[in-house]
Amino acid sequence: MTKNLIPLWEVFIRPRNGLAHKHCGSVHAADEVMALQAARDVYTRRGEGTSIWVVPSAAITASDPENKDENFEPALSKVYRHPTFYDIPEDVGHM
Amino acid sequence: MAGTAAVSREALTAFLLRLADDHLILGHRLSEWCGHAPMLEEDLAMPNMALDLIGQARSLYQYAAEVEGRGRDEDQLAYVRRERDYVNCLMAERQNGDFAHTMLRQFYFAAFMQPLWQAVTSSTDEHLAGIAAKAEKEVAYHIRHAGEWVVRLGDGTEESSRRMKAAVEALAPYVDELFESDGVSRAIAEAGIAPDPSTLRPAFDAIVGPVFAEAGLDWVETPYGQTGGRQGRHGEALGFLLAELQYMQRTYPGMRW
Repeated sequence: MTKNLIPLWEVFIRPRNGLAHKHCGSVHAADEVMALQAARDVYTRRGEGTSIWVVPSAAITASDPENKDENFEPALSKVYRHPTFYDIPEDVGHM
Repeated sequence: MAGTAAVSREALTAFLLRLADDHLILGHRLSEWCGHAPMLEEDLAMPNMALDLIGQARSLYQYAAEVEGRGRDEDQLAYVRRERDYVNCLMAERQNGDFAHTMLRQFYFAAFMQPLWQAVTSSTDEHLAGIAAKAEKEVAYHIRHAGEWVVRLGDGTEESSRRMKAAVEALAPYVDELFESDGVSRAIAEAGIAPDPSTLRPAFDAIVGPVFAEAGLDWVETPYGQTGGRQGRHGEALGFLLAELQYMQRTYPGMRW
């Protein structure tokens, strides 16, 4: 019963301008407004963030762990895909 | 604020202690939820707010101790006065009741404090204006958080609505006291330090009204309000609260963390 009324939300926090929002956990809340408040109270108590996103956990489509080998192993042997042959100009900042 | 009349040390101390006691006592009440909230999220949200209140109380006690100039420090003001020396409003000391009751009490107090802090940011008293600048942001969040709960519980399930209505009934007699005016509050207002509470009612109503409308709650008129907190006349709830609040300083006088 409480599960239906108070669903789960995934929380993403952006630590400061220029960085991406990063997943940091989840909260239970009745709706998106309460989810934002709960996220603020649970995950930004020590000055962790300047922006919060919340997303209904049910809205996330996840890859199947069973397909992990076919999904991810083929990339392991292709080191040439790593951009290690360039110098990144300092002005680019965070990549 | 207009006035610039001089204010006596006694009046300023009395005013600061009222504010400080409101924040300490209500902060303590909120902290009682720690570990008992209905969900983890609120188990953090309520102590967060409690810490805001106790932090504000601390700044106010420190300043009161300085203004009073009788050698007492913040701990002595907070922890070793007698029950009749506390001048908090009665609403702050009321037992928590259920979650709806606690949230509505928090909402009322925040709706009272926000316009007050806002005005005090331009106080003639610079020290107090500094405290207000920090507190103003904290109380804005308290209004939002508690207000959202008032809406959701008031306009929620049959049970939540019944409980929120019961909270409105139970707290109705304690609202008017917030806006009482007396010699101290008038002297403070005339000196341009803080607005007289009696002038804050329209701002309070402007915050509470829309939330009640959205929550489907009706304002309950009460034939006569409870009063006496500002003169140190309290309900029995405060004695039990102080017994716990003061335990450490009474048992180990002068103890420090």
